Amino acid sequence: MPETTLLHIEDLQLFFRAGKGVVRAVDGVNFDLNANQAVVVLGESGCGKTSLAKAILRLLPRNVDTYDGKIYLHDQNVMELSDEEYRRQVRWLKMSMVPQAAMNALNPVLKVGDQVAEPAMIHNAMDKEMALGQARKMFQHVGVPLDFLNRYAFELSGGMRQRVAIAMSLVTAPDLIVLDEPTSALDVLTQANIFNVLKRIKSELGMSFILITHDIATSSELADSVAVMYAGQIVETSDAHRFFHEPLHPYSGKLMDSVPRLRGTQEPDFIVGQPPSLINPPTGCRFRDRCPHAFGRCAEEPPTIRQDGRTVKCWLHVA
Amino acid sequence: MNAISGTAQGGAAVNSAERRHDEVLLSVQDLHVWFELRRFGFGHAGYVRAVDGVTFDLHYSETIAIVGESGCGKSSLMKTILALHRPTKGDILFENRNLNALKGPELREYRSQVGYVQQDPYGALAPFMTVQRILEEPMIINGIKDKAEREARLRNAMEEVKMSPVDDFLQKFPHMLSGGQQQRVVIARAMLLEPKLIVADEPVSMLDASVRVEILKLLRALQDKHNLAVIYITHDLSTVRYFSERVFVMYAGQAVEKSLINDLIRNPLHPYTMALLAATSDPDADNATRFRDVPPGEPPSLVKPPKGCRFHPRCPHMIKDLCDAEEPPHFEPEPQHLVACWLYR
Ligand SMILES: Nc1ncnc2c1ncn2[C@@H]1O[C@H](COP(=O)(O)OP(=O)(O)OP(=O)(O)O)[C@@H](O)[C@H]1O
Ligand SMILES: Nc1ncnc2c1ncn2[C@@H]1O[C@H](COP(=O)(O)OP(=O)(O)O)[C@@H](O)[C@H]1O
Ligand code: SF4
Ligand code: SF4
Ligand SMILES: [Mg+2]
Ligand SMILES: [Mg+2]
Repeated sequence: MPETTLLHIEDLQLFFRAGKGVVRAVDGVNFDLNANQAVVVLGESGCGKTSLAKAILRLLPRNVDTYDGKIYLHDQNVMELSDEEYRRQVRWLKMSMVPQAAMNALNPVLKVGDQVAEPAMIHNAMDKEMALGQARKMFQHVGVPLDFLNRYAFELSGGMRQRVAIAMSLVTAPDLIVLDEPTSALDVLTQANIFNVLKRIKSELGMSFILITHDIATSSELADSVAVMYAGQIVETSDAHRFFHEPLHPYSGKLMDSVPRLRGTQEPDFIVGQPPSLINPPTGCRFRDRCPHAFGRCAEEPPTIRQDGRTVKCWLHVA
Repeated sequence: MNAISGTAQGGAAVNSAERRHDEVLLSVQDLHVWFELRRFGFGHAGYVRAVDGVTFDLHYSETIAIVGESGCGKSSLMKTILALHRPTKGDILFENRNLNALKGPELREYRSQVGYVQQDPYGALAPFMTVQRILEEPMIINGIKDKAEREARLRNAMEEVKMSPVDDFLQKFPHMLSGGQQQRVVIARAMLLEPKLIVADEPVSMLDASVRVEILKLLRALQDKHNLAVIYITHDLSTVRYFSERVFVMYAGQAVEKSLINDLIRNPLHPYTMALLAATSDPDADNATRFRDVPPGEPPSLVKPPKGCRFHPRCPHMIKDLCDAEEPPHFEPEPQHLVACWLYR
């Protein structure tokens, strides 16, 4: 493992028990993240992105069937920790999360300043005064006026509430933040504002990010690298430059073609059909029935090929 | 009664719509929609001026996009066009009839000619009804008594939104459908009564990015085929180009710029439009290396909007004693390109 690697994920699995069988939501995921970098996880709805975040942060529902694999955080495999150790040493202190729709989940009866301070009191054992001081610092980093500390969530605009949710994830001074669709529900100017905030805390605090989204255009605002998820698996990983210039996997290519562009004239196209069910996913390449390049060999599961620091899971790239 | 007669007249309707291409279908004139604000125990406490002087014409089979941020009054404008709110001031004419004058059966007939596609498809569909019932209901309300005809229309509408085989979907409940499929059902419902106008209020903003284009293309195909007029409301300028020729930009209850979409992108005139364009991302790895220019602050309160130009507290080009004092009229610096900004005086 190169020494700048912050997070190294190997063969991560998270399966759920459902009425009709086992949902293979995260089905053997591998990727790396370097310190002070942002990786974007892209994919359509239902491909397992949120489940991947839950698996990384060990935020598991009751109906877990399988939870397995390796998650190295600074050389330590945190999968070996007990739940209690994980809760005390890892979640919040080393990795925290801004969940999907976090801005709508703030406590309505607690002042937002107190809410942001709370995790620092619980996890960093700060007294209230110190934690509030820390919250004040985070408000400055995310650009929320300090007099908002005493306000309630309903008094804030959507953009301000999202900044508060980000401040809350920062207050415990983690190394890594997982953001699940942080701007999908926001207006264009507010989205741009939130990405400015994330860029700023990345450079000011040396923060690292996993950004989960289906919005490819805005994901490029933060991405150093990209991991494309399809039907519970990572089908491509790449540095952002080469990815946005020329994706390797046919699914990535289709995703890129679906983006309406403001500058440029290419008509966007869409991907016919839907991702497969993750209960008994198809054998062979899971993208086969939607892939314009599918051929005989695709009936077998493709291997993940490594090429110049990128990876791609597709038979087209097998020599 | 033309909305509820048989399907045979569909062809005739198309021809007449083509003929009337240059005639105005909908005319919105100096429209104001204010909501009274009441404070508990204090009675009247002012007005939310959600729409404050909007004027535009829409021709038969024409598409127009309305672009603006949340809270700028887009939905209030739409709901007034759908006759769900009454104008506080100003008029809406549909085929030269003033909506203010419509009552009872006339109003119902009017509503049957305007289809509505809203932002949240799941919220738009009754969760306890099957797709079949969801689609039958508006026909029953509009007096289509013949069960066979209802069935025929329903199947036709389902095919048109590409939900086939139809029988796979009819008995499903909304929660069993993906977001994209739910929105197709909403569109099928809007099409059932053969409307002349479709109002689509952020029809794709709640959907997964990969389904957005599919739904927009579907709407455009229906528009072409049936010569529908469409009002497309969005906050995302990058989708407008693929959907509509004309666009107007709304800020704080008012239209600040009106033009053809290509002119707007090539040569934005209003500082607010410039800000929207500058904030819109295309996929490009270089985006991560620079900050985006975003005007400071947030859209103003619509109860006490700023004096003069409503954008002036955020505007980098603000002209003192003018922009903060007098409301700018619409100037026309290039043909068919209107802007409400003192820079063009
Ligand atoms: N607790 C659970 N029990 C059973 N199935 C689940 C559970 N959580 C998620 N799933 C299923 O796992 C699959 C992946 O879901 P997940 O929420 O991770 O997708 P996603 O990529 O985040 O989608 P979206 O873009 O819609 O948020 C889906 O089929 C979902 O229905
Ligand atoms: N029925 C109502 N009563 C009071 N205020 C309303 C009502 N509907 C909308 N508003 C207010 O009018 C303004 C414009 O809202 P809306 O038309 O929904 O904007 P948009 O669709 O552009 O987000 C907002 O401040 C909103 O809170
Ligand atoms: S393995 Fe075959 S079906 Fe799968 S993406 Fe590659 S070419 Fe397409
Ligand atoms: S009128 Fe003045 S304040 Fe308003 S947009 Fe134009 S320059 Fe800016
Ligand atoms: Mg999710
Ligand atoms: Mg709205």
